[in-house]
Amino acid sequence: MKSLFRPAQPTSPAVLDDHRPIIRSLQRRGLIRGGLSLGALTMLTGCDVSRPAAVEAALRGISTFNDWFQQQLFNPNKLAPTYPASMVLKPPRFNAYYDIMDVKPVDGDTWKLELAGLIDDKTPWKLPQFAALPQQDEVIRHICIEGWDYIGQWSGVPLRDFLRRIGADTRAKYVNFQSADDYPSSLDMATALHPQTILATSYAGEPLAAPFGFPMRLRTSTKLGFKNPKWITAIEVTNTYTPGYWEKAGFGWFSGI
Amino acid sequence: MASTPPPKPAATRKLHPVPIRVMHWINAVAMLVMITSGWGIYDDYVIISGLHFSHTFRLGSWAAESLMWHFAGMWFLVLNGLAYLIYGVFTGRFRERLLPIRIGELVQTVKDTLHFHIAHEDLTHYNAVQKLLYIVVIVAGISQVVTGLAIWKPVQLSFLVPLFGGFQGARIVHFWGMVVIVGFLVVHVALAVLVPRTIWAMLAGGPRVGDRPRANKVTP
Repeated sequence: MKSLFRPAQPTSPAVLDDHRPIIRSLQRRGLIRGGLSLGALTMLTGCDVSRPAAVEAALRGISTFNDWFQQQLFNPNKLAPTYPASMVLKPPRFNAYYDIMDVKPVDGDTWKLELAGLIDDKTPWKLPQFAALPQQDEVIRHICIEGWDYIGQWSGVPLRDFLRRIGADTRAKYVNFQSADDYPSSLDMATALHPQTILATSYAGEPLAAPFGFPMRLRTSTKLGFKNPKWITAIEVTNTYTPGYWEKAGFGWFSGI
Repeated sequence: MASTPPPKPAATRKLHPVPIRVMHWINAVAMLVMITSGWGIYDDYVIISGLHFSHTFRLGSWAAESLMWHFAGMWFLVLNGLAYLIYGVFTGRFRERLLPIRIGELVQTVKDTLHFHIAHEDLTHYNAVQKLLYIVVIVAGISQVVTGLAIWKPVQLSFLVPLFGGFQGARIVHFWGMVVIVGFLVVHVALAVLVPRTIWAMLAGGPRVGDRPRANKVTP
């Protein structure tokens, strides 16, 4: 007998494509939940095949302490080393939680940057408005949590200039980002105000190419690579902590270098 | 009648005083955590192409978990190691146990070992090879902390990075430091198993030894 819940029309495969990131995150969550259930099971049987809850809690506790410790170590005036333009890797190295073939390019004409939270003027911004502001160019090292690195030349509007221009409350704790590839990210305010943190719109003197975050991505010289969201669509200034994509999976939040 | 007690014998100390034993076993656990979690981190971007560490020996089911272990273990390794170095220098233990190393003695010990004359009768005396190996592993441990800091904080502690020829240089030295420590560990554990009295000595303190000849003359 045909199930009552089966739709009359079969679902279009395009729907699956559109929601791939959500499906991935659900699968990941399922994996984490599965891991937790396995942990609970080992507690019942009294043998420690994976990480028992007490060890898990201790590791999380030290990780939170490490986030705090790194914030104390962070010097807001310390500039990262910069390099000659001859060392710049062209094109930059692609990296995301999906393959380069799955990049969904963003239309720069219809793109706008939404603003939310503790900001005086929340009018969305269009791309040409950023081009009219003073730009900053920097040749800095990108270091991935995996261990690889490369030198890139990024330019765009310094985030601190932009935050002041829109009347953001810079005493708030966090600057959060939303992106077109469903990759939320959370930055501490001290890093957001660092002189080498920019809303990058160009690479090696050319507009950003689609796979590297066109039209706008974050580049900060004092964080690991995964803390630099690409294809940014919204910025929120807030005192509420929201973990980013990889933080939910277990990477440390501060991740300063 | 009440006669004065006989003069105390010189042998009042145990070979491994309590602080040494506590620090040794904390270090043993911390080192194993750092090595096996490091293998979990290494795999995402290998240094020697084709070299991977089996999941069986990795701490953490994937990089994020291994990193969490590594960044927790580092506190135990560094604080315990610092206490050990301070203790070793200020009590004179390093000077007493690890110095001097004479080249002639070194060559003789290597010859004896090659002829399977492995003398481990006297636990209270280290031969020249032992002394050298302990010094090498202490230096490797210090190097691991310095390269680790260069990799962890290449911007905040940017002065450390050029010492190793750049960020990847620091990673490579960090990797080889691990190899040296693992190599030491294999020999150290093998010899301890061959002479189980050494393991018991590190648990219970071992034989009593005479007072340090120059203990009260030690200047930092």
